[in-house]
Amino acid sequence: MRPQDDAGALREAEARQQTAQREAEAREAAAAPPPGHAVELRPPSEPVAIPPAQASGGAPLPGAVAPRPAAPAAEPVPAAPAAEPVLIAPAAEPATAAPGGWFSRLKSGLARSTARLTEGVTTLFRKRRLDEAALEELEEMLITADLGVAASARIVEGFRRSRFGKEVTDEEVKAALAEEIAAILAPVAHEMEVDPRRAPHVVLVVGVNGTGKTTTIAKLGRIYRELGLTCGFVAGDTFRAAAVEQLQIWGERTGCQVHAPAKPGADAAGLAFDALRAAKEAGTQVLLVDTAGRLHNKAALMEELRKIIRVLKRQDETAPHSVLLVLDATTGQNALQQVKVFKEMVAVTGLAVTKLDGSAKGGVVVALAQEFGLPVHMVGVGETAQDLRPFTARDFARGLVGLD
Amino acid sequence: MFEALSSKLNGVFDRLRRRGALSESDVQEALREVRVALLEADVALPVVRDLVARVRERAVGQEVIRSVSPAQQVIKIVNDCLVEALGGGEGDDGKRGLDLAAAAPVPLLMVGLQGSGKTTTSGKIALRLKGRDKKKVLLASLDVQRPAAQLQLQQLAERAGVASLPIIPGQTPLEIAARAMDLGRRELYDVVILDTAGRLAIDEALMAEVAAVKAATNPHETLLVVDAMTGQDAVNTARAFQERVGVTGIVMTRVDGDARGGAALSMRAVTGAPIKLLGAGEKLDALEDFHPDRIAGRILGMGDIVSLVERAAETIDRDEAEKMAARMQKGQFNLEDYASQLKQIGKMGSLSGILGMLPGVGKMKAQLEDANLDTTILKRQAAIIGSMTPKERRTPDIIKASRKRRIAAGSGTTVQEVNRLLKQFDDMSAMMKRMSKLGQKGLMRGGLGALLPGSGGRRPF
Ligand SMILES: Nc1nc2c(ncn2[C@@H]2O[C@H](COP(=O)(O)OP(=O)(O)O)[C@@H](O)[C@H]2O)c(=O)[nH]1
Ligand SMILES: Nc1nc2c(ncn2[C@@H]2O[C@H](COP(=O)(O)OP(=O)(O)O)[C@@H](O)[C@H]2O)c(=O)[nH]1
Ligand SMILES: [Mg+2]
Ligand SMILES: [Mg+2]
Repeated sequence: MRPQDDAGALREAEARQQTAQREAEAREAAAAPPPGHAVELRPPSEPVAIPPAQASGGAPLPGAVAPRPAAPAAEPVPAAPAAEPVLIAPAAEPATAAPGGWFSRLKSGLARSTARLTEGVTTLFRKRRLDEAALEELEEMLITADLGVAASARIVEGFRRSRFGKEVTDEEVKAALAEEIAAILAPVAHEMEVDPRRAPHVVLVVGVNGTGKTTTIAKLGRIYRELGLTCGFVAGDTFRAAAVEQLQIWGERTGCQVHAPAKPGADAAGLAFDALRAAKEAGTQVLLVDTAGRLHNKAALMEELRKIIRVLKRQDETAPHSVLLVLDATTGQNALQQVKVFKEMVAVTGLAVTKLDGSAKGGVVVALAQEFGLPVHMVGVGETAQDLRPFTARDFARGLVGLD
Repeated sequence: MFEALSSKLNGVFDRLRRRGALSESDVQEALREVRVALLEADVALPVVRDLVARVRERAVGQEVIRSVSPAQQVIKIVNDCLVEALGGGEGDDGKRGLDLAAAAPVPLLMVGLQGSGKTTTSGKIALRLKGRDKKKVLLASLDVQRPAAQLQLQQLAERAGVASLPIIPGQTPLEIAARAMDLGRRELYDVVILDTAGRLAIDEALMAEVAAVKAATNPHETLLVVDAMTGQDAVNTARAFQERVGVTGIVMTRVDGDARGGAALSMRAVTGAPIKLLGAGEKLDALEDFHPDRIAGRILGMGDIVSLVERAAETIDRDEAEKMAARMQKGQFNLEDYASQLKQIGKMGSLSGILGMLPGVGKMKAQLEDANLDTTILKRQAAIIGSMTPKERRTPDIIKASRKRRIAAGSGTTVQEVNRLLKQFDDMSAMMKRMSKLGQKGLMRGGLGALLPGSGGRRPF
């Protein structure tokens, strides 16, 4: 900044600082635990089948599918703890997906989202020599998929070594590119393991604002209910307007009990503490803790998250058993910073990538895999409770370059 | 100026060391670095290409100015191009903010992807129009997709002290829009803000729906709300909304984060629509006017001093800092002060995140990341100091071999680590003395710099 601007900049900083202070104070005031803090427990609802279209009065959501009965393989054991840790895959979708099932929808979603990338690869490499210019264009295509400059360069470097100067068809290039990307992703493609014997297995869901935390919780809740598990939600976003009500609606739709604050603006940590106790008493098998969105560069808000963890540990030293960071696929290179800070501050155990049904490619996941090696558990591909899929390296990579 | 880039460019030109005019090849190499910097800031590739071409055109053949380095010269050109691309510079008509010059009730339509901040921004605009412009505002949510979305806007309206359209479950967005405009006319509202559900650029049905709403209400402003963290997809989103709906302005949210915000350039380039407002926080008063030069600097990684100062002010205990500064000036800075400084830095969050905001630390930040230094080092150092006796903290000179061993054992660290801390503290004290002339501001930054491995405070930035 030019020196003569300093005074102005500082004045402005002062004004901003006041705003920031007000904001912090307001949040602090809002976070003060109410006297005789109580948790409102709604009566346990019956397991519900998920209706095909959930939009209240709106048009059916694109991609909504007919309700599926719970996977027959999973024995419903509502009261007794399930014997084995649970993965989302088997219940999320039977392996034999019918046409129009999740796999083809995932494919079509990815195919759409990568149409442009594919187009590029196709026109670029048909009957063409893989020369310097071709490699550069390939690198640029990876960049437009949000892989970032460094990761794109690394991948193309691998290509240069093995294939430089060869005559290649677009099909070969695509397959090889997918392989290259899949190899990077394979080590991080793990599902989130939930052990119902912990009663409850506590999942803390974190992330920046608007990424899809609440919706992802709803999607997970649906899966656990279909597996026959008892599942509770903690409405820990006590800050954003109507965030509690949003989760309550999801609780009703998925048959998960919602632990809501007694009044708006209650302390999220206090709420989580009470909810964990209630869940223990009730023998709830999975407890999904929603939190307010927060930017990773806001230290006070990150500290608030750590407080939730500390408070949970007072009841169960091993909790939270999973810390799920929810990332929006539209996010560019800032995702690296998000993961870095959340990992540092709250020991993230895995990632969920949402909004992959859009045109954003989520390529930053590749850079994330190389940089942090954190497991990527699942992807969100829509706004309904059905739209959650396990993350698989091969499908993601092949989808990314437009292969079946 | 823009240090992240300029250190690289300096490297390029150091190697070249030419006189006279900037040659095509000088510029070529510099532009490669410019390209990378822009891509890392999430400017979309096609937009980067355009910008780089523009910079090349202007740079080649320019006389090298004696007083500045060629790197600075190229950066100046890049900065100018960015500012212009963002709507500033020569072509700037100086118009900012919303255009409400139309017959009341003036409809405003908010559109964008899911979770971009449309509803929150609707509330912010309502609050500003009510307070600053003394307008009578009606908020109406057309979001029938997201659970409790209409309730969210209603609650925001209450907080802003403006009216919201009564919620009638089961209505379609078109019906709600018609009802809102009708109420707006009957009750003489000045402005009706129509908040809509988030929708994907490729969602034909929902894009058609919002196009229909637009046709029915004829909004005076259609604002595309985008997240500052958006990556390359910004062009697809911008193009789709521009083609299917038509956009008159852009609002970029979450500029209170540390994303470089290249999406602003992409969006502006694709839609041609000006960036009208910035969202800088979750609260309703966190709405700012857009300044092309500031966003240009941010995109180039010039370091956002304003946010740094803001963050520091938010977390650092003022009294504590002042006391410490006074002690430093008197040359009384000791390890107790250092420990308390460590604690404050710890509170500020990720070290490299903070450093990224400082101008002049591009290189250091890389160094820091190489060293894989994070706040755990701060914690270890705090532990070391915690294992010292008060006397040792005040007069570190007395710490010799046996004391070092005791301190290392007590803090669960090694003698080497204790040595490193003492060395760092020495460097720091030396620098303090030099910097005491600069006053408090300098001290705070010097304090941060002294923590960097190898830099030892020799670079007061
Ligand atoms: N298209 C799409 N939208 C999603 C997905 N996940 C969440 N959303 C939408 O993104 C918006 C924000 O989601 P929400 O769960 O409230 O985010 P939170 O603020 O992180 O809790 C809502 O409109 C959701 O419907 C997804 O996978 N695909
Ligand atoms: N930090 C920050 N958060 C914001 C800003 N604008 C909106 N948000 C948050 O982003 C999330 C989604 O915002 P919302 O208005 O519901 O988005 P919508 O789905 O587009 O209507 C909420 O948690 C908001 O509080 C901003 O400028 N800065
Ligand atoms: Mg939420
Ligand atoms: Mg909304």
